Amino acid sequence: MFPPIPNPTTAPVAPKMSDADLVRRSASGSPSQVEFKEPVAKLIDVSKCIGCKACQSACLEWNELHEEIGTFNGTYTNPPDLTPASLTLMRFTEWVNPETDNLEWLIRKDGCMHCADPGCLKACPAPGAIVQYSNGIVDFDHAKCIGCGYCVKGCPFNIPRISQVDHKAYKCTLCSDRVAVGQGPACQKACPTQAIVFGTKTQMKEWAEGRIKDLKSRGYKNAGLYDPPGVGGTHVMYVLQHADKPSIYAGLPDNPRISPIVEAWKGVTKYVGLGVMGFAALAGALHYLVNGANKVSPEDEANAEKLAADKLSSGGRS
Amino acid sequence: MTNSWTDIKNTDLVIIMGGNAAEAHPCGFKWVTEAKATRGAKLVVVDPRFTRSAAVADYYAPIRQGTDIAFLLGVINYLIQNDKIQWDYVKAFTNVGYIVKEGFGYQDGLFTGYDEMKRDYNRSTWDYEIGPDGYAVVDNTLQHPRCVFNLLKQHVSVYTPELVERITGTPKDKFLKVASMMAECSSPTKTMTSMYALGWTQHSKGSQNIRCMAMIQLLLGNIGVRGGGMNALRGHSNIQGLTDIGLMSNLIPGYLTIPTEKEPDFNAYMSTRGFKPLRPNQMSYWQNYKKFFVSFQKAMWGASATADNNWAYDYLPKLDVPAYDVLRAFELMKQGKMNIYFCQGFNPLQAFPNKAKLAEALAKLKLLVIMDPLETETARFWENHGVYNQADPSKIQTEVIQLPTTCFAEDNGSLVNSGRWLQWHWAAGTPPGDAKPDTYIMAQIHLRLKEMYKKDGGAFPDPIVNLTWNYKDPHEPSPDELAKELNGYVVSDVFDPNDPTKKVLEAGKQVPTFGVLRDDGSTAAGCWIYSGCYTEAGNMMARRDNSDPDDTGAYLKWSFAWPANRRIIYNRASCNIDGKPWDDTRKLIWWDGAKWTGYDVPDIAPTAKPQDVGPFIMNPEGVSRLFTRGMMRDGPFPVHYEPFESPVANLIAPKVRGNPVARVFKDDFAQFADVASKEFPYAATSYRLTEHFHYWTKNNHVNSVLQPEFFVEISEQLAKEKSIQNAGWVRVWSKRGSVFAKAYVTKRIRPLMVDGKPVHIVGIPIHWGFVGAAKKGFPANVLTPFVGDANIETPEFKAFLVNIEPSTGPVA
Repeated sequence: MFPPIPNPTTAPVAPKMSDADLVRRSASGSPSQVEFKEPVAKLIDVSKCIGCKACQSACLEWNELHEEIGTFNGTYTNPPDLTPASLTLMRFTEWVNPETDNLEWLIRKDGCMHCADPGCLKACPAPGAIVQYSNGIVDFDHAKCIGCGYCVKGCPFNIPRISQVDHKAYKCTLCSDRVAVGQGPACQKACPTQAIVFGTKTQMKEWAEGRIKDLKSRGYKNAGLYDPPGVGGTHVMYVLQHADKPSIYAGLPDNPRISPIVEAWKGVTKYVGLGVMGFAALAGALHYLVNGANKVSPEDEANAEKLAADKLSSGGRS
Repeated sequence: MTNSWTDIKNTDLVIIMGGNAAEAHPCGFKWVTEAKATRGAKLVVVDPRFTRSAAVADYYAPIRQGTDIAFLLGVINYLIQNDKIQWDYVKAFTNVGYIVKEGFGYQDGLFTGYDEMKRDYNRSTWDYEIGPDGYAVVDNTLQHPRCVFNLLKQHVSVYTPELVERITGTPKDKFLKVASMMAECSSPTKTMTSMYALGWTQHSKGSQNIRCMAMIQLLLGNIGVRGGGMNALRGHSNIQGLTDIGLMSNLIPGYLTIPTEKEPDFNAYMSTRGFKPLRPNQMSYWQNYKKFFVSFQKAMWGASATADNNWAYDYLPKLDVPAYDVLRAFELMKQGKMNIYFCQGFNPLQAFPNKAKLAEALAKLKLLVIMDPLETETARFWENHGVYNQADPSKIQTEVIQLPTTCFAEDNGSLVNSGRWLQWHWAAGTPPGDAKPDTYIMAQIHLRLKEMYKKDGGAFPDPIVNLTWNYKDPHEPSPDELAKELNGYVVSDVFDPNDPTKKVLEAGKQVPTFGVLRDDGSTAAGCWIYSGCYTEAGNMMARRDNSDPDDTGAYLKWSFAWPANRRIIYNRASCNIDGKPWDDTRKLIWWDGAKWTGYDVPDIAPTAKPQDVGPFIMNPEGVSRLFTRGMMRDGPFPVHYEPFESPVANLIAPKVRGNPVARVFKDDFAQFADVASKEFPYAATSYRLTEHFHYWTKNNHVNSVLQPEFFVEISEQLAKEKSIQNAGWVRVWSKRGSVFAKAYVTKRIRPLMVDGKPVHIVGIPIHWGFVGAAKKGFPANVLTPFVGDANIETPEFKAFLVNIEPSTGPVA
């Protein structure tokens, strides 16, 4: 058994992650010198997963998300896709192994992979809307998100989803709020079979080795770790029974890479873009100088309340 | 469970058959993944569907629902033919050499003594030959033609791998693979655990399904050892507690029994409960029955239960039928013979078979009282919900009273888990609105009744008027008070008979264990098997020390396990006849030359010499039973019987329909589809999904997100045959009702070849209804037949017949 993370103390503790731990911010220069903290990782062992969806439920509850009650769509995958509220999703695939003619029911927990080289962050034009901590967690700062959707284009795993309610992008945060106080993510905490474990990336790789050995002894000769080098490795990794064929697991990319367009954006184009944004910032500053700070009118308040009410009734984020 | 959840980590082979542990018991399943990951244990799943358990299994074999006994008797035949039996264990610890009475026989699916009219047996020949010394006659050489081993060998010889395939639809090679994996565990250093649940109980021969595997476990020497056992995974978090407390019409707490009409007085009652040992030196622990019974009566009626009135024996009801089980209750309701029904934490309109019959029965009640934390379908049975619940309130006169109760998380108390652990829990929230604890509500009813009986008298007010009710607040007995009462206490001082100055038990103190209970009225205990749970040392159920010396999985300081904090029952059988562990790497207890010692509480008298006293101390034989005498209504050995609704006739006994002694009410027989019916050609089964818990969680938003809508599962082949689209609407109907559902066309169900004929399976999850947050849908019990197991009346939910067609869905 992987040693469980002890429950937190009830006394207040200083957060272990803060802005001082950011190693990257979208559309910004490199932050000043930071001390790299040990990279963390979540290891999802597909071979131990029983598809109970405790992780999905814990994610909704910890993050206080409100997902719609859908309809049956011909699979156990519910809802049928990631949404701004469903940051993680069990994807079920019925796969007949051509070598043995045996059915295998592959159940993969989908969600943000927290790439070491995050395509979303590179694609993001909003300064500081996407950040990466020294421990590897890639997080969204919704106050700074402009809802442009570039992160979706930039993600090789098709993870972020744009809310139709507040027009912001949402994805798994690896429970950065929990990790900041020394806890593992909610999904890991809820997993009954330790199909999800959490620790330093080194620990996770070591743990995975033992699991792969066990799987090989059971005849899964291609069992292996999914930590794709095309994105610099990930802070969410999978143990797969058939690591030679990731795509059989509901389209997990065989060799994910950041789109060349995003790479180009990160190069020359980005500075052009930044110029445009600099202009916008300048315009804003001028606006401030001329008109003063924006005030919230009673009308704005009313609109905001209406929006909030709509959100609740339409089942957005709450 | 004979063992515990935590012990499963000690196993070499997990067989999940008659259950779906990963899906229905995901938290406990962690011990299976633990055994696999750390011991290299293998997991085998045998199920009509490729379940979530199968998804993580090393080997999966399909089986037609309702044919488990044919499969398992086939395994026994395989073990005997290939001599894969742990002989040292079997010879020492089972009745394999006992001689069965002359006159006992079996032919064409029936044992001697069958009465077709009564649907019952005269079981007098199903017993041992008794010698002149009063003990059972034993032939340890196994040469006697009527010894249990030779009878068993003969009985199972028909179940060849070929016949198993013809009956069960399990391909022969898959059957043989599973049998050989099980056979490996006949080694004293390899163990197999059986994890089963309602996939075995919900059949008209459910008890025999389980018994059959228990016999295999005995032949393999897997009972009483670490990583072995018969492990019933209970379907509710406290259903173990329900049976322990005897919440059934024929039981008294602690598996004592309610008297019958044939036992009008105490002597008659005790005459069949003496449990004289059937072999020399045996403990035959039920010899203490009277101590437990008298202590129970003292807990109930205190000073009113005296030696002079036979401990208030007359206060107990006397059964005129074997039991007033739920099926019988609804039958009586339907006949207008039961007028008032208290429904406490129970939603029978969803949970029992044949919804139309249940609704008709409820409509004949004068009063229905619902005690539940949730809104239930049963409470709303009279309300019209279109196709989902067609009712005409103007024609229903039943008065329905709903009393909202607290939820388990709003109350202190204990839950008994499958491993017999009584785990105390603390209130985590305050109840909403006017919700009250069940104990408060029952106290109100009791106090009012008591007052009325005192004032107005009645035919026999004594049992109510004299009921002990010594609670600080009589209007709301506290969980601690009730737990202490179940544990038991000393009523009056007891002195050492050899030294009258020495006080052995002091009045008013909690008893430390059931070992001190007495039959002279000086002790009281509400449930003898729980004695030790709340002693003078405090609430043992609240212990939370998870230390586990040498990682045996025993966790003796965590909560309290009945009986006597023992974690693996029959644990004396973990050693050979000389008291040495079969497996040194998995020691549990052992004989140190003077006494039994070890990691667990020994399940034997501490100084009982290993060669003298058998490990199965509750049995008068001291050993376990491969031949179960007359203790089960449907036979001393299991027999393959088809479900009452079966796609094929019984191959081994074509004339026998269903279980020949299962009780069927007259009107219900008419509502069974014929054997191999053309009208209802498909074999259906019903089951749970991980995302939901029975009919509760459809009230919860998150659970409803995860599995929102009613569906049925069918194979690609059947879908093609019937032009059914995945996620398209279908109508499914049985002889009792019709439902609309979405279809899930899946590779996880395949048609089975049964005696040369394909049998299609239709899988029906049980979780939907007309109340709650999830989409309105149909419960599976619209379709299921009204018949139960021959011994304990658990409904046959797992095997019945339906038809299916594509549809455009329900018209609201």
